[in-house]
Amino acid sequence: MTTGQQFDAIVVGAGPAGSSAALALARAGLHVALIERGEYAGAKNVSGAALYAPGLLAELLPNYWEEAPVERFLTRRVIALLGQESALSIDFRTKHFAQPPYNGFTILRPKFDRWLADKAQQAGATLITSTVVDDLLYERDQVVGVLCRREQGELYAPIVIAADGANSFLAKKAGLQHEFKAGEMTLGIKEVLRLDAHTIEERFNLTNDEGMATEYVGFATGNVKGGAFLYTNRDTLSIGLVTQIASLAQQRVKPYELLDQFKQHPAVAPLVRDSVPVEYSAHMIPEGGWAMLPQLSRGGMLVVGDAAGFVFAAGVFLEGMNFAIASGLAAAATAQEAHSRGDYSAASMARYRQRLEQSFVLQDLKRFKRAPAFLNNERLMHMYPELLCQAAENVFRSDGKPRRKLGHTIYGTMRRKVALRTMLRDGWQAARALFF
Amino acid sequence: MQPVEERLELVRFKVDKTPHIRVNSEACQGCDTTACVYVCPAGLFELLGGEMHFSYEHCLECGTCYVACDRKAIEWDYPRGGWGVSFRAS
Repeated sequence: MTTGQQFDAIVVGAGPAGSSAALALARAGLHVALIERGEYAGAKNVSGAALYAPGLLAELLPNYWEEAPVERFLTRRVIALLGQESALSIDFRTKHFAQPPYNGFTILRPKFDRWLADKAQQAGATLITSTVVDDLLYERDQVVGVLCRREQGELYAPIVIAADGANSFLAKKAGLQHEFKAGEMTLGIKEVLRLDAHTIEERFNLTNDEGMATEYVGFATGNVKGGAFLYTNRDTLSIGLVTQIASLAQQRVKPYELLDQFKQHPAVAPLVRDSVPVEYSAHMIPEGGWAMLPQLSRGGMLVVGDAAGFVFAAGVFLEGMNFAIASGLAAAATAQEAHSRGDYSAASMARYRQRLEQSFVLQDLKRFKRAPAFLNNERLMHMYPELLCQAAENVFRSDGKPRRKLGHTIYGTMRRKVALRTMLRDGWQAARALFF
Repeated sequence: MQPVEERLELVRFKVDKTPHIRVNSEACQGCDTTACVYVCPAGLFELLGGEMHFSYEHCLECGTCYVACDRKAIEWDYPRGGWGVSFRAS
């Protein structure tokens, strides 16, 4: 029927989703190609990067954290509200996250993704790097392969797994995803700063391999909608911003200027003092959540990870790689089933979505579907953090004058900027989006 | 403020001769939002004398510019396999 090389499955993109899928399929004995456009897996990949639910991957690679390029185990989580010159934080730490399989760890994507793709290769997958996939190949309505940007670039397989990341041209070409609107996507930018391990441990109150992840809201991104993050790696810090694209354009501010501003904030500057920039990077994040979910499959094709918009951005949560891995594994299970039955029809591929509906991937996105719109609220992004910082300042201020009771001080501060009715309405929406 | 060029010096690029970004400058005529100028994390777009100038060499390949452009003036594709940006420490 066709010329060109034939595989049992083709995975496009060697990020966490693609490599997990390829690894699982190779282990199941399928002849699988894993195609990556970077000169090595991870070359084009950027995250914060905190990998949560690391136990997911342990199903395929037991105790992998003992050998994988993992930076630090997250035992300390901080949520910081930034005012213009002040900060109010929730600082949580627990020993319970310090034991295998851990709760999350920080990683550096070029190292971790490369390691994971190597694992897929060692399991028998054919890893093809430095290769862009430009299009899909069809037979009637069925996807039957991919077209690589090279001489005789046709590769054939009865199933193609699109793990080609946030931009996913393949999902769009297959008619599964719409053209993005600026309001659905955020831009992440990041700097990696070198700081010796000992200083990191002293400065962030960590012992040995423990790590910290801080998420900032409020003045972190000036008047632009978004937030910031600071993660500890072994001997570097990852610091960055996540900003809404439409809001950047509207406010006419450049993201790297905001990052400079953020690094100079009085609550942040002491944390990054004396560090040396090592690398600067950027990546788009599909933060639209449930509302921008594409069709996840068609005959002969599945979409996984960022390509499917599997990013869980819900205030205190900012997760993606665990969703990528879980969706990659669900896609592999679907492909394996299709392979054993010889049925790659649209109906057979739809099993993928059923699998995801039974897992946290679609359940979390659905349950928190109101979160993205709610968090987009101007008051929530900027006004409340500033007001809560002011309220804290008024509570803690000691200036020799008589004090009012705490409720009066806090409510008095808030009321100056926001009407009680508005506060109650926002509270109700917060409850529906995140709490109940 | 640190100039963006200084930041980009830390990044490894293997620059292809053929640009992977094309801007339809006719569509840019009269654009006053100039979203690309602000959103690009590498500062690759610049409006000079009413004309849009851009370079592709230090592109971080995020895709933000074409998503932000409401005139659909930016044609954006991945660079050739193995070319473009290669992150090492992110």
